[in-house]
Amino acid sequence: MRHRIALWLGVLIVGTAAVVAIFAPLLVPHDPFAQNLSQRFIPPAWMKGGSSEHLLGTDQLGRDYFARLILGTRISMMIGTTTIMMAGFIGTTLGVLGGYFGGKLDRVVMFIISCRLAIPLILVALTVVSLIGSSLTVVMLTLGLLLWERFAVVSRAATRQVCGLDYVAAAWAAGCSRLAIILREVLPNIAHHLVVIATIDMAIAILLEAALSFLGLGVPPPLPSWGLMIAEAKDYMFFKPWVIEIPGLALLVLVLGINLLGDGLRDALGAQTER
Amino acid sequence: MTPVLRIEGLRVGFPNVAAVRGISLSVARGETHCLVGESGCGKSVSALALMGLLPRSARRSADCIAFGDLDLAPLSERQMARLRGDRMTMIFQEPMTSLNPAYTVGSQMTEVLRRHRGLGQGDAVARAAAMLDRVGISAPDMRLGQFPHQLSGGLRQRVMIAMALLCEPELLIADEPTTALDVTVQAQILRLLAGLQRELGLAVLLITHDLGIVARTANQVSVMYAGEIVEQAPVNELFAAPTHPYTRGLLASIPVPGKVRRGEKLGSIPGIVPAIGPGFAGCAFRDRCGEAMAACAEPVPERHIGDEHQYRCLLDPAWRAAA
Repeated sequence: MRHRIALWLGVLIVGTAAVVAIFAPLLVPHDPFAQNLSQRFIPPAWMKGGSSEHLLGTDQLGRDYFARLILGTRISMMIGTTTIMMAGFIGTTLGVLGGYFGGKLDRVVMFIISCRLAIPLILVALTVVSLIGSSLTVVMLTLGLLLWERFAVVSRAATRQVCGLDYVAAAWAAGCSRLAIILREVLPNIAHHLVVIATIDMAIAILLEAALSFLGLGVPPPLPSWGLMIAEAKDYMFFKPWVIEIPGLALLVLVLGINLLGDGLRDALGAQTER
Repeated sequence: MTPVLRIEGLRVGFPNVAAVRGISLSVARGETHCLVGESGCGKSVSALALMGLLPRSARRSADCIAFGDLDLAPLSERQMARLRGDRMTMIFQEPMTSLNPAYTVGSQMTEVLRRHRGLGQGDAVARAAAMLDRVGISAPDMRLGQFPHQLSGGLRQRVMIAMALLCEPELLIADEPTTALDVTVQAQILRLLAGLQRELGLAVLLITHDLGIVARTANQVSVMYAGEIVEQAPVNELFAAPTHPYTRGLLASIPVPGKVRRGEKLGSIPGIVPAIGPGFAGCAFRDRCGEAMAACAEPVPERHIGDEHQYRCLLDPAWRAAA
């Protein structure tokens, strides 16, 4: 029952983030890019000197922090979802092919996975950004093309396991083609593993984007990525702590929510399939 | 009449293991041929080889695998796929894992019909429901909407049988179909299979290690040992006059109620099955056989008693009268 609470908490957090991300332009009270140097560092509404005009205060350039946080949610969720879609497609394709066909193809897949594991992600991001400059698209592509190894490893192992079961042999005995077996017998029965991996990778992608943006390699200013907000706030953290606390807390809550969702799904789906 | 299935000299080899070493048998229409033997003797591998379901590492060769008038050996993967599930089908040992847990029973059954018969969804569902009814499942329409985990083992095996019979095959290969089931369900399933066989004129190749099942269902019996058929005979003849020492050992191992006294040891065959690598010659049973002689290390010819009874042993059939 404890897990169910965690699962629903995760669903609540991720669901809220998704709704906020989708409807971000409707939710922002102010233009998140509008600077107003006469209104720098207004503290959040609940602190002394805060106003209800700026719910979470303003940053060092007088931009509304609440609006930037909301738009930052959209960027984080976009990075997260596109990354897992790309990485999921690449990784699952490789893993299922290797696991199903075995032999030489499997060895090639294992080699590709090893190669990928040998590449440090930050270094690749650094190279790519210095070659073609930083943009949201570049970050999404870099993460999507590099974060697939978990999908590949897990789908390969799960595929091998499923292929040993009688219903795959039975499908073969019923005259199904290889493609039909992969699509109808293998994929639906490894999907629950992949969903869990997707949540883990989504959390990792969001954290990595924040890290890259913090280093100046990710989303370029003035886009309000949470990592970038933390980076811009770090000079002021001793005197205006909320400017670093707010995006930091947002990042923490979202990643925690995704992890809770993943854990909860693993338990829920595991219990279902082992019944 | 041409038998539905005739195989001659079927061999299956894995790296370092000769799993099946030249077996020959045939199954006629409406007949049940039982393949018996202990675990690892190559019965299941033989069945998989017939269906073209061997793992990649295996090598199959045969002098002849004829399915009706069709030679299976040169068929392509695609041609085999068209036969499988349509004219020749197979049911597996483990009903708990033989159905795909991700789809309803109905979805899995109708897929077979759509694939091989090109039926529309409505016709396929009607046909599937009729087949479930035929294998003795009550409320077939409800069962079609259920997932495998909602069914008991006996029900799942019935569903498997129904699926195997959907396209009215000529040959059914049943690989220990009742091993995982309890005795009452086992009896029901065997009775069901026998009934369906009579109705449809199926040829059945039944793989089992249970001599009780053999006595109840078989017309012909092949006893397999270490990849070879050591004795082949009509069922009555085999039980009445077993000739090969291994067959005699198997039959002596069956406890008979009333005959075996409490505390008395059950019959057994001493020793274990030898590992058969490539290049093994002679009788594989010689290390465990009480009658073994030096000549048993040479290749053993097949001997005949009458038209239908063959065995692979140097001993004269008269020995059993003497023994």
